[in-house]
Amino acid sequence: MSTAAPALPDRRAPVARWWAGVRKVPVVVWVFLLLPVAVEAFWVFWPAANSFSLSMTRWNGVGAAEPVGVKNYTDLLADPIFQTAVKNNVIWVVGFGGLSVLVGLAMAVLLNRPGRGIGLYRAAIYLPMVFSLTVTGMFWRVLYSPDGPVNASLGLLGLQSWQRQWLADPDVALYAVLVAAVWRQVGYIMVLYLAGLKGVDPSLEEAAAVDGANRWQRFAQIVFPQLRGVNAVVFAVTVIDSLRTFDIVWAMTRGGPYNSTQLLSTYMFEQGFTLVNLGYGSAIAVVIFLLAIAFIITYLVRSARTED
Amino acid sequence: MATTPLRQSGRVQRGRRSIEHRRSPWFHVLMIPFTLLWIAPMVFVLVVSLRPFDDLIARGLTALPTTLSLEGFRTALSSGGIAGALRNSLIVTVVAVVLSLFLASLAAFALSRYRIPGRLVILLVMLAGNLLPPQILLIPVAKIAQGLGIYDSLTALIVVQVGFGLGFYTFVLHGFMRALPAEVFEAAVIDGAGPVRIYAQVVLPLTRPALAALTALATTWIFNDLIFAMTVLRTETKFPITAALLNLQGGFVSQWNVVAAGSIIAAIPTAFVFFIFQKQFVSGLLVGTNK
Repeated sequence: MSTAAPALPDRRAPVARWWAGVRKVPVVVWVFLLLPVAVEAFWVFWPAANSFSLSMTRWNGVGAAEPVGVKNYTDLLADPIFQTAVKNNVIWVVGFGGLSVLVGLAMAVLLNRPGRGIGLYRAAIYLPMVFSLTVTGMFWRVLYSPDGPVNASLGLLGLQSWQRQWLADPDVALYAVLVAAVWRQVGYIMVLYLAGLKGVDPSLEEAAAVDGANRWQRFAQIVFPQLRGVNAVVFAVTVIDSLRTFDIVWAMTRGGPYNSTQLLSTYMFEQGFTLVNLGYGSAIAVVIFLLAIAFIITYLVRSARTED
Repeated sequence: MATTPLRQSGRVQRGRRSIEHRRSPWFHVLMIPFTLLWIAPMVFVLVVSLRPFDDLIARGLTALPTTLSLEGFRTALSSGGIAGALRNSLIVTVVAVVLSLFLASLAAFALSRYRIPGRLVILLVMLAGNLLPPQILLIPVAKIAQGLGIYDSLTALIVVQVGFGLGFYTFVLHGFMRALPAEVFEAAVIDGAGPVRIYAQVVLPLTRPALAALTALATTWIFNDLIFAMTVLRTETKFPITAALLNLQGGFVSQWNVVAAGSIIAAIPTAFVFFIFQKQFVSGLLVGTNK
């Protein structure tokens, strides 16, 4: 309904012009807009803002919160479990992101062109994506159980020395959970890259093939540079997802054994809800937010470009 | 003389074919085992869920099944509390999906078809709300729910899900509604239709494809959520299936057939949605990637 604006220059003050713009929109349309905005403001933006102020207090949920300034943040810096969580989150971003992009992109390139069996291969690879992270975690708990198929397969291959209690061993538990998360993520990354590959100009690759470029050269120098847009999205999505990751760790290890699989999100939940240190938990939540914000903005800028 | 161009074009043709059609024979040799390995976890869990507990104990987790039984499923559904949890999940999912898509379609309609001052900013702020890490909301959300007296109720879970999802759904629907042809709106205005009628009779029917994609996506997201459920619910009988699964794991330690059966039950609804709406689901996932 965006009717063409009158051609006359508007000489009124900005506020008056703004108000005129507001009045031009029918009241019922304002109701249409403000109802959802109010719901989101009340259940998302208002709580988010509250986390910032709560992070400056000590509070166990009973009585009044005691203001402590930035003490929660200075405590965090000295908290060894927090340090473990940060380190694990870095491992998670790199390992989870790197592995799922590597496998997802490889599968997208291999399964891009139609052919016999391609539909089946694709369906098999993105099927895990529809399971919840909780279900994925439960599936892999069965697989990792001491007498489960992972250890049994290693035994069959003669790798008895590799067998272990995957989720109870602090040295490997994080990676065991990571493998399960990657298994579920690959399908999603593949879908994103398959869509990106559709936008790749095939004539360029043909020309390169005629000139004698081999498959790898064609991919690295012709196809991959054209995937820049998808790469940016995958990168932002991966980092945002990594900082949110909670369900699968909680379902498989709850951050244990000995906090070896603690991520920022699980440590925040433990502090905020299990131990009811509401101020301290909020401070961890704020840290997660600050780490995510740059990537959220990247994603928003890209989205704004499509909408403008 | 005449043969040279022919031969050349023949070579170009072959070059093209090598890209478009010819696959190395190794392709299937590698892909078949890889795909089988990829689905092996699901097949294994399915097999475990169908084995009786006595058999698991006697012959071990990895033995080939000799007898199949639904014992695991029966136990999970009844004493495991999965039947009730499934019901809770379905209620929350259906109500939250319908409510959030309805509210989002209202906002998207207003933002896409009217000259609302600052509409791009409003749209992006709404989208930003959905990109926030949920952790930043959890503690205050629990407090607000307690303050309103809806803590530990499915209502609380529904409203949180609606609030959190709105921004993304609005953004997607906005993009879709903006692309609708202007003529249909002009025609409706000439017919004297007001905003409400234009929304209900013109825009909503035309937005069906986008609504279908978002329904598929939102259903899996809300059904699969764990963290909001753990934030606003405390009583076990009110848990959705994700939270109930964790309890099942705790209550039936080493009864792998029960745990596996519960996981399968939790996986079926989203797998079902995915296979019915595969196309819409994939197109929904691609939203915002603006390739």
